[in-house]
Amino acid sequence: MTTETIIQSLASGLLMGLLYGLIAVGLALIFGLMDVVNFAHGEFLMIAMYATFFLFAFFAIDPLLSAPLVAAALFVFGALIYLLIVRFAMRAKANAGMVQIFATFGLAIVMRGLAQLLFTPDYRSVTHSWLGGKTVSIAGIFLPEPQLVGALVSIAAFAGLYFFINRTDFGRALEATREDPGAVALVGIDKNRVFALGWGLGAALVGLSGAIMAVFFYIYPDVGASFALIAYVTVALGGFGSVFGAFAGGIVVGLVEATTALVLPPSLKSVGIYAVYLLVVFIRPRGLFGSM
Amino acid sequence: MLRVHEVTTAYQGLVAISSVSIDVEKGEIVCVAGANGAGKSTLLKSIAGAERPRSGTVTFDGKRLDGMAQHHITATGIAYVPENRRLFPRLSVRDNLRLGSYLYRGEANREGPLDLVFNLFPRLSERLEQRAETLSGGEQQMLAIGRALMTRPRLLMLDEPSQGIMPKLVDEIFQAVKRIRDAGMTVLIVEQRMAECLEIADRAYILQTGRVLMQGPSAEIKGNPDVRKAYLGL
Repeated sequence: MTTETIIQSLASGLLMGLLYGLIAVGLALIFGLMDVVNFAHGEFLMIAMYATFFLFAFFAIDPLLSAPLVAAALFVFGALIYLLIVRFAMRAKANAGMVQIFATFGLAIVMRGLAQLLFTPDYRSVTHSWLGGKTVSIAGIFLPEPQLVGALVSIAAFAGLYFFINRTDFGRALEATREDPGAVALVGIDKNRVFALGWGLGAALVGLSGAIMAVFFYIYPDVGASFALIAYVTVALGGFGSVFGAFAGGIVVGLVEATTALVLPPSLKSVGIYAVYLLVVFIRPRGLFGSM
Repeated sequence: MLRVHEVTTAYQGLVAISSVSIDVEKGEIVCVAGANGAGKSTLLKSIAGAERPRSGTVTFDGKRLDGMAQHHITATGIAYVPENRRLFPRLSVRDNLRLGSYLYRGEANREGPLDLVFNLFPRLSERLEQRAETLSGGEQQMLAIGRALMTRPRLLMLDEPSQGIMPKLVDEIFQAVKRIRDAGMTVLIVEQRMAECLEIADRAYILQTGRVLMQGPSAEIKGNPDVRKAYLGL
């Protein structure tokens, strides 16, 4: 194993990690805001990938251009899911936690089933997109363009999110609702609107990552499952509910995955992630960057 | 200004206040006093929309409030400082105050009441970057009142502002209430410390086990022999 191979792997791992962070951040955002785990997070990713695929297949819109559209569509979708399903699940008088879990878990099954029915279980892919299959070489390291652009989009999205949360009124309302949803009405904030916005924002972010994933990954009804699993690990690593912990957690996952692939056969590349995850859960159950 | 008419509120079948009527006129300080469990907090919650009355009506400047969502009631000009203050603990003093002016975002002068807040509670201006949870009990009460003032209320409702506060600061808070009234606001205050409350109030109501036991001008209530014996320990 040469130094070059190692650097090559770590660089790809870093890019993938930034994407994992972007995939996971919506999950962390919603969980941090209202203690609800969206078990349909992977399916949100799946429909974002299909949306990107269909915009490409039918309207020849390149994923790079359709990404904002897909994110906007997912924003509306996420907000509606809150308003139509989660809001009512949260009102459960008994076993509220269980009701929430099964509501989003049920949603995941419905979405997957509908995707199989409407889109068939066939594997689709976006072929001949602007970025697809291309690589750039930086100082002798080859980086796939879709992942490189994805990583840049991820950094930009996190920077935007940081600005939104820390510098805008709605960001402050989000933080306040996270602190005490029962108290925001005292200053005239409607917590349901904040929750709906949180779901919209979380879904938009996973929508953005779905548009990028569609460039270099197969699209099929179950595609969300494996990425959702990584997203849960990322969120747990980063510190449950910490938005910027998801960023760091994603990078850790990407690097660990790349390192594992160097020493173990490719089929075992996920072993490293889950080993690290178990280690973190045992030693530091609040996650690497969690504050609670 | 505020009319609470025969309001009954119950929690899980247990009636906390029963057919309570109170009136607050513009520019008044009205004190609602009574022992623990008399229903004082429930009364404020029923006005603020934190609890839904089972029957009766609440009107504010002729507008029906009962049944309205709590955040809408805040927007009509009623600021409510609950018993446990409900600050945003991990946000800074500055952010807590800024959230108070959330309804006026986009306005150039959104933080207008800030001058009054710092005037009333100068120590808040020295602690702007501190997290709310790091403040002392008295300072937290000041911040809670400050945040309420930022919503530009016409009516300020305080639930036990003296609770959990060192005696020196209690006086400071009661003096602030007088100055808030002088600044043109109306104050409805709920207190167990009846003596201090009657000192600053124009009128008072005494609640007992969910009903209005007595009402009248503060001086009259203070002079009532039964009150002196039962509540003021004189």
